[in-house]
Amino acid sequence: MSMQLILTKLLLGMGVSVQLFVLTLVFSLPLGLVFSFGRMSKNPIISNITKVYISIMRGTPLMLQLFVIYFGPYYWFGFTTSTGYRFVAAAIGFVMNYAAYFAEIYRGGIESIDKGNYEAAQVLGYTKVQTFFRIIFPQVIKRILPSITNEVITLIKDTSLAFVIGVSEMFTVAKAITSATKSVGAYVIAAIFYFVFNFIVAFIMGKLENKMGYFERESAE
Amino acid sequence: MNIFEIKHATKVFNQVEVLKDISLTVSEGEVVSIIGPSGSGKTTLLRLATFLERMDGGTFSYMGEPAIVEKDGGYSYVSKHKIKQLQRYFGLAFQNYNLFPHFTVMKNITDAPIKVLKRNKEEVYEEAKALIKKMGLEGKEDAYPSQLSGGQCQRVAIARALAMKPKILFFDEPTSALDPEITQEVLKVIRELAAEKMTMVIVTHEMFFAKDVSDRIVFMDKGVIVDQGTPEELFNSENERTRAFLGQYYNM
Repeated sequence: MSMQLILTKLLLGMGVSVQLFVLTLVFSLPLGLVFSFGRMSKNPIISNITKVYISIMRGTPLMLQLFVIYFGPYYWFGFTTSTGYRFVAAAIGFVMNYAAYFAEIYRGGIESIDKGNYEAAQVLGYTKVQTFFRIIFPQVIKRILPSITNEVITLIKDTSLAFVIGVSEMFTVAKAITSATKSVGAYVIAAIFYFVFNFIVAFIMGKLENKMGYFERESAE
Repeated sequence: MNIFEIKHATKVFNQVEVLKDISLTVSEGEVVSIIGPSGSGKTTLLRLATFLERMDGGTFSYMGEPAIVEKDGGYSYVSKHKIKQLQRYFGLAFQNYNLFPHFTVMKNITDAPIKVLKRNKEEVYEEAKALIKKMGLEGKEDAYPSQLSGGQCQRVAIARALAMKPKILFFDEPTSALDPEITQEVLKVIRELAAEKMTMVIVTHEMFFAKDVSDRIVFMDKGVIVDQGTPEELFNSENERTRAFLGQYYNM
């Protein structure tokens, strides 16, 4: 197999990895916020259900969760799924799992905001929605960004877990090439790709953290 | 005209009655200071008046509009919508300022008038500039609260409250987090507001300031109003408890 072919195949695999990565973030970040509201709900039924959900998602291996979501429809309901379901199952699994982690990060951030901010907003007449999105949430984002960065970086590497349900992401491709060429070269290239991907994401997140720090930077005087 | 009136207010926290039957009326243009030892219920009274805590008994009203009405033989708060309307009558300067740390000085002052009162942006900005000047904060428009001194923060907080054009302004120990020198710059601003006949209720530990700026001083202790009157009356009071409390300040 020519080097060019290997690279092309790996790049295609990486495309799938990136898709999985982007889809997971796009859905799990907002969903995590919804779960964090559920977790903090005054309604004990809602808060307990969310608590149990988060506990299961964080307490069992992601690989196992992917298996359950992929094979569940067949074993529970007898549905036969097409190969296209592999990617969908992986995306659902990642979103559900990461949303649980993000929910706890959001909750920590929201609970760390000074109560005085809510009181000032109330006296000034802001609605609850305005208070949250104008006053509280921007401060939460700033505080939780380092934790989010951590999860995002983990996610890049976690996408390789989609291998277990046969999604042709980069790791799956690298393994196939390695079997065919009887050389670990594809793994090395895949490792470099993951690293570069991570490096870029870490760089962007670093910039973002810097930008968000605007209101806590002391002046020179 | 009575801007604010509270009658027979009671508040219980964990079975402790922190306010016992408090009644107070504030008329237009009046400056009332509330003094008293820690735990006397001064701050709780302000928190009831500003809807930050719920009263357990009694009633209160702004501009004659009640916040609590008789209903089915008991008393209950008016609708959320009505409370929102009543909230426009007052402003509050907190002890810890409670500025929004991610907003600049300008945005702290202008955001609520624009987003809550839905007022014209240019108009609000013009007024905010005037307020900033009045508070001696020129050049700080684009600074964030973390870049300001405590005294500057409190002046921004006062400007933020004034930008809502309240009928009455409450101060909850506005200078207790400040050192003596910086305290003076905040007191100066409050004094100027008093000269403009702004109606104010000030919870404070600054006895000489209270004496100087107030039309009336209310002395609270253990959840009741022990004594009240003009500064002269109070500082020459025959009441033993008042004398004992003020005596601590005279002996300094």
